[in-house]
Amino acid sequence: MWDYSEQVQDHFFNPRNAGPVQDANGVGEVGSLACGDALRLSLRVDPEREVILEAGFQTFGCGSAIASSSALTEIIKGMTLDQALTVTNQDIADVLGGLPAEKMHCSVMGREALQAAIANYRGERWEDDDHAEGALVCKCFGVDAGMIEETVRANGLDSVTAVTHYTKAGGGCSACHEEIEEIIARVNPTAVAVQAPRAPEPPQPAAPRVNTLQRIRRIERLIDTLRPELQRDHGDLELVDVDGRTVYVSLKGACAGCQMASLTLSGIQERLSAELGEPLRVIPAAPQQIAC
Amino acid sequence: MSEQTPGIYLDNNATTMVAPEVVEAMLPFFTEQFGNPSSIHRYGDRVGRALRTARAQVAALLGATHDSEIIFTSCGTESDATAILSALRAQPERREIITTEVEHPAVLSLCDQLAKEGYVIHRLGVDGHGRLDLDAYRALLTERVAIVSVMWANNETGTLFPVEEMAEMARAAGVMFHTDAVQAVGKLPIALADSAIDMLSLSGHKLHAAKGVGVLYVRRNTRFRPLLRGGHQERGRRAGTENSAGIVGLGLACELAGAALEHERTTVRALRDRLERGILTAVPHCFVTGDPDNRLPNTSNIAFEFIEGESILLLLNRHGIAASSGSACSSGSLEPSHVMRAMGIPLTAAHGTIRFSLSRYNSAAEIDRAVDTLVPVIEQLRRLSPYWGEDGPLGDAQTPGFSPAYA
Repeated sequence: MWDYSEQVQDHFFNPRNAGPVQDANGVGEVGSLACGDALRLSLRVDPEREVILEAGFQTFGCGSAIASSSALTEIIKGMTLDQALTVTNQDIADVLGGLPAEKMHCSVMGREALQAAIANYRGERWEDDDHAEGALVCKCFGVDAGMIEETVRANGLDSVTAVTHYTKAGGGCSACHEEIEEIIARVNPTAVAVQAPRAPEPPQPAAPRVNTLQRIRRIERLIDTLRPELQRDHGDLELVDVDGRTVYVSLKGACAGCQMASLTLSGIQERLSAELGEPLRVIPAAPQQIAC
Repeated sequence: MSEQTPGIYLDNNATTMVAPEVVEAMLPFFTEQFGNPSSIHRYGDRVGRALRTARAQVAALLGATHDSEIIFTSCGTESDATAILSALRAQPERREIITTEVEHPAVLSLCDQLAKEGYVIHRLGVDGHGRLDLDAYRALLTERVAIVSVMWANNETGTLFPVEEMAEMARAAGVMFHTDAVQAVGKLPIALADSAIDMLSLSGHKLHAAKGVGVLYVRRNTRFRPLLRGGHQERGRRAGTENSAGIVGLGLACELAGAALEHERTTVRALRDRLERGILTAVPHCFVTGDPDNRLPNTSNIAFEFIEGESILLLLNRHGIAASSGSACSSGSLEPSHVMRAMGIPLTAAHGTIRFSLSRYNSAAEIDRAVDTLVPVIEQLRRLSPYWGEDGPLGDAQTPGFSPAYA
């Protein structure tokens, strides 16, 4: 059984705003029977102020699809259309206390239905910009086969390590490395035919002795290079302290309280340890450490 | 589900409760009977005797000629892999395998991997009721085939394949035959001595024994190559110190299952039919999948149109009722189960299939409560569905009444 948060269960068992809205003037429909989930979102918008007065959903799908729809209607009621257009799938997931990686697409479907409904109200045509999805490959970082294929193709990647650097896929537990190797072999057949028995570690030149200050600066620089990835997901990361082999960081924005936080941290830890050539522990700083 | 409501377990094809007698029989092998059965001293000797008894109990349930045809393994998956890989290693000149599209992943995923390694895999398709075309099968039986691996009973629908007849056909063509009988053993009478089946897999936890123990039956004189080599356990055919508690429990579970076969055939089947009738009468737009006239006595797979399986299960679970769904809704691949796809179940229904699988521990009162609980659950979800209107579905399977512009 999925590890659903209490909020997901609450929205599933007690859905808000279920059913179509009477006199709706904006309707968004996404999904299909073939996909296994589909959503019709109906809105009643005040034409004067462009405020969403009522929102209702009808959903065919799993528990988190229904919960995401319910959460979406609660989020957008009372918003202006322009405000509603800034709602992201992460906002929906946040209201639900996070979704399992395999289920994040449910929140994406909610955001798409919202954009489609607003486009419908405005008499526009909504363009779906979603990439072709595939089966979920990296469960640690929620990366699907479609994303990996596109990245391998676009960048001519030829190793698991490279795929990890570009997409994060494979940077966690490493159980998906076989699948990633197969995708590389399929998409980029000119890649090295013989793979090393271990995914190659990033090259580790004989590290010159560094003093403590240089070492902390390197950690800081590395963290800075990782931040854009997190910022793309509306999160952020800050170095708080380094004590021996322990690196204290503070997670911000969408990262804070995200149930993927421990996975994100383990990914960062792996990268830092590899780049510095020494085993490091990356853990969230306690509040007093941030205060200092 | 509230703590007061007793649960109703209708997911016995997933796993079963360990029978209380089986737990009782296993316990001493965690404490005073800790010996290694290979040891010469009395600690080992007692355990060795217990394993011999268990082997005889398993052989009796399967109707095997010799106890030595029973090899204890860790699970059904290991048994399947051992059988198939053994056939390939023992007959390296044979590079083809015949199986079906609706096998358990234990066989299908292995075959996918073997295909990558250059073996030719023939996957027999099924018709709308999950039945095989035996003429198509016959045409594939050539001297290039190393092994046929076909399940006795399908785990999702309970549909039975004519494995005894198929084994005869394979033998006539000089081809080795293996059956994954994980769902069939303990639910149907089996007489391997009278059959042409060369190898058979079973799993302890499907018949009220513990998890972590399985069996591969290998008919005497079948060419065999072990998967695990090492010590002389299982006559060198499966090295590794025996799971003595698990094996002893499985032996007793087999004896109990043998004694309960008639009960399965009559009482459990009647309960299953009562459940099915109750649901089909009270719920519109649902139907039984698979072959209702030729299936396990304990299994009913029902497709509920225009709603999705996980939602049904979550609501049932809230009322203490445990069942399972073929649909595995996860990112990107929201595909209905491979079994439903192979049978061509329309998409309006394939995502809403629920498997109810009973055991001898279920009662009529439980079945009635399950039906009473299920009916409003289905209504509730259909009220939420965009494919469902005031009084029924919008449109039909060919042209659903809801077709979003953005799929």
